[in-house]
Amino acid sequence: MTLPPVQQDAPAHIPAPHAPAPNTAESGLRESATFDRATIADIQRAAATGVYDIRGWGAKRKVPHFDDLLFLGASMSRYPLEGYREKCDTDVVLGDRHASRPLHLQTPVTIAGMSFGALSANAKEALGRGASEVGTSTTTGDGGMTPEERGQSRHLVYQYLPSRYGMNPDDLRKADAIEIVLGQGAKPGGGGMLLGQKITERVAGMRTLPVGIDQRSASRHPDWTGPDDLEIKIGELREITDWRTPVYVKIGASRPYYDTALAVKSGADVVVVDGMQGGTAATQQVFIENVGIPTLAAIPQAVQALQELGVHRKVQLIVSGGIRTGADVAKALALGADAVAIGTAALIALGDNDPRYAADYSALGSAAGFYDDFQDGRDPAGITTQDPDLALRLDPVAGGRRLANYLRVLTMEAQTIARACGKSHLHNLEPEDLVALTIEASAMARVPLAGTSWIPGAG
Amino acid sequence: MVTLTLPDAAAPTEGAGAEAAGTSTIDLGTAPVRELNQALHDAVDGQSWTVTSPGGRHSLAVGITADIDVAIEGHAGYYAAGMHQKGSVTITGNAGVGLAENIMSGTVHVTGDASQSAAATGHGGLVVIDGNAGARCGISMKGVDIVVGGSIGHMSAFMAQAGRLVVCGDAGDALGDSIYEARIYVRGSVASLGADCIEKPMTPEHLDELAGLLAAAGRTDSPADFKRYGSARKLYHFNVHNSTSY
Ligand SMILES: Cc1cc2nc3c(=O)[nH]c(=O)nc-3n(C[C@H](O)[C@H](O)[C@H](O)COP(=O)(O)O)c2cc1C
Repeated sequence: MTLPPVQQDAPAHIPAPHAPAPNTAESGLRESATFDRATIADIQRAAATGVYDIRGWGAKRKVPHFDDLLFLGASMSRYPLEGYREKCDTDVVLGDRHASRPLHLQTPVTIAGMSFGALSANAKEALGRGASEVGTSTTTGDGGMTPEERGQSRHLVYQYLPSRYGMNPDDLRKADAIEIVLGQGAKPGGGGMLLGQKITERVAGMRTLPVGIDQRSASRHPDWTGPDDLEIKIGELREITDWRTPVYVKIGASRPYYDTALAVKSGADVVVVDGMQGGTAATQQVFIENVGIPTLAAIPQAVQALQELGVHRKVQLIVSGGIRTGADVAKALALGADAVAIGTAALIALGDNDPRYAADYSALGSAAGFYDDFQDGRDPAGITTQDPDLALRLDPVAGGRRLANYLRVLTMEAQTIARACGKSHLHNLEPEDLVALTIEASAMARVPLAGTSWIPGAG
Repeated sequence: MVTLTLPDAAAPTEGAGAEAAGTSTIDLGTAPVRELNQALHDAVDGQSWTVTSPGGRHSLAVGITADIDVAIEGHAGYYAAGMHQKGSVTITGNAGVGLAENIMSGTVHVTGDASQSAAATGHGGLVVIDGNAGARCGISMKGVDIVVGGSIGHMSAFMAQAGRLVVCGDAGDALGDSIYEARIYVRGSVASLGADCIEKPMTPEHLDELAGLLAAAGRTDSPADFKRYGSARKLYHFNVHNSTSY
């Protein structure tokens, strides 16, 4: 919510989000839609501290999302597959455009990049264990590769970020894929951030920074700008890895049509598009809530770019930002994604926002279900922390098992829907299987409003 | 293609000379860059390689992990000797953007000028540029030593974290902006210093360090003629009142 030194002056201004609403209507109190209580608290906090609010999680405002889409199950004109007997495959190959060693994953749900530093070493290990158990990939983050995650991850994607913290050619060669990060959905145009309380000796050592400083990483890459340079940069990475390793390009969704086209032109094997709901470890709240476009709006634009270039399904598309259920997975794939990535949901599966730490959350001025102070390093669940005692609360083996369970559920849920739509592979889902509940979602997702053949803005 | 006398390929004709491996030549007038880099990745310690007709091609001699000497006879494009880890690469000519980017150790030497972002994010090793370097020389450097015989462009040593940058000529605008613990030595003028970068006193320790770096680069400049710059360490922590400093 805010920076710790400042927080001490201002606890009175931190809203208790779990407090019951006063009995407003009866007592004649009317809350302003414009100046609601959270907005008022934000203004009071800003006035008291003089610092903007930094927090984790992703956009909390309501935006058109997968919930606004529905599937048209099969009946007469199309017939369904038998729920438990007929095959519905879920595997996906990523990066076979140029790389001689593409990834072959058993489920299209991957784990998104989250740094050691933002997360504890135990949390990174748990992510690797859970992902490996179900045959999917996990991803490093802004801060380099730890032996824990390399050791426990069968498929590990190595992020190549503007900061190049911990960037090491030996690790690059150990990676199963390289993800060049241009941006994140939570903050397209912004750089990384890790506050002093999480810059322990180990984190500082890996990043070559003084212990305890407030790290703000660069938002542009230091040795290339624009798609022409990026093409040369990708060429260099391919030369260093002898053209074995797939190269992804990750963008925060703002202009995904152009960015996807330019990533393809630059030679990417895989494009990762992260919508505005995507999680973050630490970003200014004003940035999280006001920059970027919803995941739902980003997918059709990216798919259009791939189709126009004749590379849809050849350059794979990974979508992230607000994926929670197998229905979300199926909807993303039906709109044309090849795979999805999850961040926030994976942390929840590990134990984030667990009600059993209610008292601890309350002591921090938060509550289970609301906790978003990933920047603060005092995570009661021991996930977004570098505090050794808190980190011990997450058992990497048990956490990995919970994540594997959750990934299996996502996969089975998506299969359930795909079979109902008559598909023998998740990738056979298509926009024709979908309708929208709202005009906004219809326009963004480019599928008809339910019960009509109308797509606002089409043709 | 590869007009070379690969000692291991050509087996016994050379005999087991005292020279570990002899010199192999790759002519980029005919061979693709892929062939060059694959050969260098397959190379073993002690070998020497000559690259002719580089023609400004990109990604030359990148990702070297063996203790070999590579001589590039002519100009190189982007990312020459990128992520260098061992041995030496010498470019007799100019180098494009991102020379020796993310170098870990070993030596890279350019006899001419280098473009932008030379030695960007380098973690170790030594990069010597006899001529000038463009903008953002040593950007985000993380331990590399850089010695530039001429001048450097604007925004050099931006967010420089560790390592040493020596400039025998002048430095452009915003030198060392948001610098961390890297040390900068400049003999000539500095157009302007970036946020949180200040001039610092030269103590015997620094004169010593500088003398060592100049000697390693084969230069004869006198350390006493240089000034030292580094971080004021005032922007290490968020502070409301710094908002106008950036
Ligand atoms: C704690 C945390 C740390 C993150 N760190 C990084 C990072 O280092 N690099 C990056 O590209 N994205 C990072 N992200 C964003 C994720 O990779 C991903 O884009 C996002 O979480 C997907 O949205 P979701 O959280 O709704 O699933 C981070 C997200 C979280 C929650």
